[in-house]
Amino acid sequence: MKINWSRYQPGRQHDEMLGADGLLREAARGLGDYLASLDARQLRARQQAAERSIVEMGVSFTVYSEGQNIDRAWPFDIIPRVLAAREWARIEQGLAQRLRALNCFIGDVYGARCAMRDGIVPADLVESSGNYLPACAGATPPFGVWAHICGSDLVRGADGTVYVLEDNLRVPSGVAYMLENRIVTKQIFPELFARQPIRPVDDYPSALFDMLTSLAPRRGEPPEVVVLTPGIYNSAYFEHAWLAQRMGVELVEGADLVVDDDVVYMRTIEGLSRVDVIYSRVNAEFLDPEALRHDSLLGVPGLVRAWRAGNVALANAPGTGVADDKVVYAYVPEMIRYYLAEEPILPNVPTWLCSRPGELAHVLEHIDELVIKPANESGGYGILIGPQASRRECARFRELLRANPRNYVAQPVISLSTVPTVTGRGIEPRHVDLRPFILQGRELYVTPGGLTRVALRRGSLVVNSSQGGGSKDTWVVG
Amino acid sequence: MLSRVAERLYWMARYLERAENTARLVGVYDSLLLDLPRSTGLGWQDILPVFGSPARRATTGDSAPADDAPFLRFLLEDPDNPGSLLSSLSMARENARTTRDILPSEAWRSVNELTLHARARLPAAAVQQGRDQTLRDIVARCQHLSGLLAGTMSHGPAYQFIRLGHNLERADMTTRTIDMAATLLLGGRAEVKQYDNTLWMAVLRGLSAYQMYRQYVRRRIRAEDVIGYLLHDALFPRAIQHCLNEIGRALDELPVNQAPRARLVPVLERLDGMVMPEADPALLNRRLDELQRELAGLHEVIRQNWLAPGPGT
Repeated sequence: MKINWSRYQPGRQHDEMLGADGLLREAARGLGDYLASLDARQLRARQQAAERSIVEMGVSFTVYSEGQNIDRAWPFDIIPRVLAAREWARIEQGLAQRLRALNCFIGDVYGARCAMRDGIVPADLVESSGNYLPACAGATPPFGVWAHICGSDLVRGADGTVYVLEDNLRVPSGVAYMLENRIVTKQIFPELFARQPIRPVDDYPSALFDMLTSLAPRRGEPPEVVVLTPGIYNSAYFEHAWLAQRMGVELVEGADLVVDDDVVYMRTIEGLSRVDVIYSRVNAEFLDPEALRHDSLLGVPGLVRAWRAGNVALANAPGTGVADDKVVYAYVPEMIRYYLAEEPILPNVPTWLCSRPGELAHVLEHIDELVIKPANESGGYGILIGPQASRRECARFRELLRANPRNYVAQPVISLSTVPTVTGRGIEPRHVDLRPFILQGRELYVTPGGLTRVALRRGSLVVNSSQGGGSKDTWVVG
Repeated sequence: MLSRVAERLYWMARYLERAENTARLVGVYDSLLLDLPRSTGLGWQDILPVFGSPARRATTGDSAPADDAPFLRFLLEDPDNPGSLLSSLSMARENARTTRDILPSEAWRSVNELTLHARARLPAAAVQQGRDQTLRDIVARCQHLSGLLAGTMSHGPAYQFIRLGHNLERADMTTRTIDMAATLLLGGRAEVKQYDNTLWMAVLRGLSAYQMYRQYVRRRIRAEDVIGYLLHDALFPRAIQHCLNEIGRALDELPVNQAPRARLVPVLERLDGMVMPEADPALLNRRLDELQRELAGLHEVIRQNWLAPGPGT
């Protein structure tokens, strides 16, 4: 039994493969026709080949804990998500525009505070953000860039509009999955790569390395770049090790670094060796017990001083998290107009701020139709999806909102677009989002496509890896 | 190479070697106790000092010599005893786990399996069910792992730290094994002396040295010869001379090695000075203690030089 696209029923939401007319979208035609030429057995064989190849490659990714090994906690679906190159060009511009504006904003927050003075973003909002770090005021990182690595989550609504759902500016993860997914997909569908132009993604480690070296404070010497990890117990440890290996740099822990006279060194068997650039995967508040959280065991005392003195670059810079706040998010379109004098290319999802009394009243009244998000969480924790929540949960959230309105925003439920996905009952539509990665140093770089996350449960809108999501390769075609 | 990585590899090797020697020594002592009559008064408590634990009585309060289980539990599987076989393996595993990116992937898998195997088997082994088999299994798996590292890992700095760890620990364990005989001769009743020969054979077996001794020394088992062989033989891998030579070769392969190389010199001199015309247990005991302190001094210089450099070094 071959795949018959006329039997595939995406429903009312936007499907990334089939148009509303039930025909394959232009950019997806190569893939759709090819899949239609496979029978169910062949498709299953491809899926199994992918799983085998993941296990083989995954040896270094395997997490052993007390004898059990969790091979790649995150399932992979072989059917890629396809984006047309023309549409992608516009999204790419929109993402770059957004990161430029966010960096202007962060610099402004820790600098002159023009936007707050001009009433674009309320000053009390910034200072009440859990991620605002007073220790960063007055710092001047290279190129005026604070957020060097950003993972923005994009979703597509029923009418086909692509929205920015959130900007992850602290320690966004997932890029290693994006790269690994492509390696697997090239083995599974080599003929499709030969037949049509699919933009490659594998230059990411070198783009990351180039961006990091562009931040080096010392001129004229090959800079020493390191990846700073909280250690093996961190859930993204494999990605830290993977990126360090691909860039050919050391993977260090806090205890490997020492600050002497405002200069950062790592302890090596040849003695102390100067470090120029740190790609930090440690949450900013834990970076330096001297300047930030005094109880941090992961940090490096004096690191923030060395950074402020301009003797070491930190990516992302401490304090960046102030813009990774779901209330601040609501102001990004205004920031783009204010700092860049441009119209936003990518829209935000409409957002109600519970800190505004009128909007809070609306949210309380319509809580069962809305998604309620805490301002500072990530990973899908602490979220209420109104239409799926029980009456009791809604009541509990009403209390939370009233008690701490600054900490919550509300958004309409976006019916995420779908992509054909291999399931136990054949190919069915499953909801997806997209996380592209944007780099800013001397130059800007956007990954072609990004990491597509897929909710594997039928009808589910939650794509987070911690909540039963999987991932897919993402193709920019044309 | 990061000092932290070097430190973990060094300790992984030390703990592996310690585990292997502990398994060997417990196995041999077990069989020695079967050969010695009750009248010697020797029991498991007498071997504890060899492992760095003060001699102690069984916590059961029962002085019946038949109750060996508390001692064996302490030596083999007590997680609160940092010197127990299981603790050594757990530490080796933890150090290997946190340097997985550096080690050949089979090595990590193999340490992991070894530790899990030991954790499953040692509780029964402490009460005599297949103890000999379990201990031999552990020794074999440790040897498998050492061979795997030697045979599949590039012999760069990472490997040299493993080599340093193996040989320092091995030298230390050889001093302890010789010390076992000295301690028993000193601490036991007069009857022990009659079993002198049995005791020194057990020492050789504890170091897998019996056959090699026979081939190279070609004399009957005599305390002076056994001690001389285990201290000074340059060819037998568990003889202290050989271990120190290996350490010297590993030091030569590492960068900024002046301080550790300088520190090795008095250790070698101390060993050279250990000529034992007669096996006087009290003197031997003292000399071995001195040698152990020298080894500890060498370790400390290695640590300061490579494993924990700070500002100002």
